[in-house]
Amino acid sequence: MELPIYLDNNATTPLDPRVLEAMLPYFTNKFGNAASRNHAFGWVAEEAVDYAREQVAKLIGCTEKEIIFTSGATEGDNLGIKGVFEMYADKGNHIITATTEHKAVLDTCKHLEKLGAKVTYLKVKEDGLIDLQELEAAMTEQTILVTIMYGNNEIGVIQPIKEIAAIAHKYGALFMSDATQAVGKIPVDVIADGIDLLAFTAHKMYGPKGVGALYVRRKNPRVKVTAQMDGGGHERGMRSGTLNVPGIVGLGKACELCRLEMDSEAQRLSGLRDKLESALTVLEESYVNGNVEHRLPHVANISFKYVEGEGLMMAMKDLAVSSGSACTSASLEPSYVLKSLGLSDDLAHSSIRFGLGRFTTEEEVDYAIEHTKKAVNHLRDLSPLWEMFKEGIDLSKIEWAEH
Amino acid sequence: MAYSEKVMEHYTNPRNVGTLNKDSKSVGTGLVGAPECGDVMRLQIEVDENNVITDAKFKTFGCGSAIASSSLATEWLKGKTVDQAMEIDNMDIVEELALPPVKIHCSVLAEDAIKSAINDFRVKNGLAPIELAKSHH
Repeated sequence: MELPIYLDNNATTPLDPRVLEAMLPYFTNKFGNAASRNHAFGWVAEEAVDYAREQVAKLIGCTEKEIIFTSGATEGDNLGIKGVFEMYADKGNHIITATTEHKAVLDTCKHLEKLGAKVTYLKVKEDGLIDLQELEAAMTEQTILVTIMYGNNEIGVIQPIKEIAAIAHKYGALFMSDATQAVGKIPVDVIADGIDLLAFTAHKMYGPKGVGALYVRRKNPRVKVTAQMDGGGHERGMRSGTLNVPGIVGLGKACELCRLEMDSEAQRLSGLRDKLESALTVLEESYVNGNVEHRLPHVANISFKYVEGEGLMMAMKDLAVSSGSACTSASLEPSYVLKSLGLSDDLAHSSIRFGLGRFTTEEEVDYAIEHTKKAVNHLRDLSPLWEMFKEGIDLSKIEWAEH
Repeated sequence: MAYSEKVMEHYTNPRNVGTLNKDSKSVGTGLVGAPECGDVMRLQIEVDENNVITDAKFKTFGCGSAIASSSLATEWLKGKTVDQAMEIDNMDIVEELALPPVKIHCSVLAEDAIKSAINDFRVKNGLAPIELAKSHH
């Protein structure tokens, strides 16, 4: 077993060697531009892109014509939301999203507010799921788009996608989902789910960074988005720019592997995750964040009360994990996702996200359990709050000098 | 963010972790910060009849830099007179630990903890607390 152990697979995943192998020829002798229609170099590249498009489409249950290649999920989110806002401007200007979305969605919506959009940011319940009644109450005749993520990047909760889509459609709005964390990990079927636009990326599913896709529905209804970059009119005019052929080949291969291995892999990962979680919640005053029924198989987000996340990560130096602690960000604000669940700031500061992946072994999880327990206990020995808690002092009654 | 060697060293082998009897007249206790902000320091000093700090202990809830700052502070406090301890400036801690700008607040907190412990000691012994300049964090 090599140290440190990588348990941050929600940030990015390692490239699967099989994906790399598929990509390599397209960096060297198969270097052609997929848009070159008049020679063999172009045809070879185009053929590879077409094949990848099929592999991607198959994973999410759409046709290959509905796949727009992008540079990643951030671009997909931008193109989907801004593209719909522009394309359907005569229909309305109201967009509904949720407070726990990724910044690629939230900041895009904020940007559109400056351009005249009205945006509703739905709150989530304590378990991280949105309230469907609140969603329905927010729908108006002006609503053109509902955009709610599939699985959350920090806590892994899976939103009730089918029900959300049904409500959006009932009021004549489109439904988009940022499925960055879900595609490749759990079954995502755009037809069964009723999704009109779906953004995802390769590097969260063992593919390369810098490539992703946006699904744009072509039938019932036919959805169009206004291009956000002008140029050669690639990707049915919705996304100009010479195609990243090796990246797209990698995305295709990554999708194929995920599709073939999903069932067994999800089962293996949720088993390891449950093992990790039940071993760590044996520690006093430790809490799992987010709904534990509706969630991705590979994420565990746990708050260890009375220790601070960044300090804890320093003690867990053999583990690569992430924390909702403010100290890990430039803003000094703890995670807005955890705060949206109604977590107090101190619990948000005390959270650690464990993200398991395809290359995580049971031996590594066992090591992570022991290492984390030791670190939590060590830091609690250093923590004045832990000592006060043990003495039975009510910390909420103390007048803290906030700074 | 990578930590400096000195931060890592104090973090890995923190000095003077522990608790002094807060009810003793010779002990001053400073509790600063807030759980909501992600750092709380408790720093205690024990002072002898010559006004010399004979012992210092800390416990800190916070990031590595906060733990290192308070560990260093206790190390510096031992053997100093109370007046000398008042002179410890947060920038000395910043320099010693090579703290980056985003971690300066950890050193400020340590300075506040020292001063608040001294004031607690003074008040317990019938002295007026020293007026502190409002710290800037």
